[in-house]
Amino acid sequence: MPVDSYRYLPRSFREGFEAFPIQETEPVRADLAVAITDAKIALMTSSGLYLENQEPFDLDTELDNPLWGDPTYREIPRQTKQQEISAAHLHLNTRDYYVDFNVALPLDRFAELESEKRFGSLADTNYSFMGYQQDGTPDWRRDQGPELIGKLKEQGVHALILAPA
Amino acid sequence: MLARLVEEAGIPTVVVTMMPDTAAKYELPRILGVPFPFGHAFGAPNDVAMQREVSQAAIDLLADQSAVKVRRDLDHLVWPQDDRTAYKDWQPSEPSPIVSYNANRRDRLEEKKQVQ
Repeated sequence: MPVDSYRYLPRSFREGFEAFPIQETEPVRADLAVAITDAKIALMTSSGLYLENQEPFDLDTELDNPLWGDPTYREIPRQTKQQEISAAHLHLNTRDYYVDFNVALPLDRFAELESEKRFGSLADTNYSFMGYQQDGTPDWRRDQGPELIGKLKEQGVHALILAPA
Repeated sequence: MLARLVEEAGIPTVVVTMMPDTAAKYELPRILGVPFPFGHAFGAPNDVAMQREVSQAAIDLLADQSAVKVRRDLDHLVWPQDDRTAYKDWQPSEPSPIVSYNANRRDRLEEKKQVQ
């Protein structure tokens, strides 16, 4: 059975999302260049997680201009501990991230699966951004997207698992 | 959108999402649908088994070469709260700026209509 994509949405949003037009008509697909047992995988979340010693996402500007969202991202090392995690997001309740950030960025689970040889390795650096982005995400297309892709390639990452919050 | 940029650069992706129908509108190659409230793509806090199952399913999709587009929905997983509680719990304590902005705009339009 398909998951009900609108189950937890406010009812007033459902119609808009159901009517959301098709965005792309051409499939795009890159294939894994190595066997899964050799693949280096990076994780990315849009849950607004950041490290205590990093600059928080800019919520003040969004409060002043509701049509804007902070387009920057944070690098989250694979060995990050729960007590190092903070979160900034105006569209979500972030309470659970202070209990177990694996709900959004499962570094611990992937480290376990790596040790069981279910895949090659978890990347040293993983990524977090704050999910509300400006309409059309122009900054991401122009700046952050290409920059992130460059970092993934530099690290020898074979695949990226993205989890929109 | 970002997943497509990364795919176009030659790096395969999996999108783990509670809104797989919306992700499908971007013609993404690998979509993993999860029946969880927003903010919890990999499951409930401290539920290691649930988080592992979602993580392993994402890894399996990466290795799946059976079709150009693959969508798998983990509809058998059960969120540990009833829908009403989960719906309340995922939301911020204050409405987000865009929700307030749109509500104010709606109110102003209604006022205008009444004046006319």
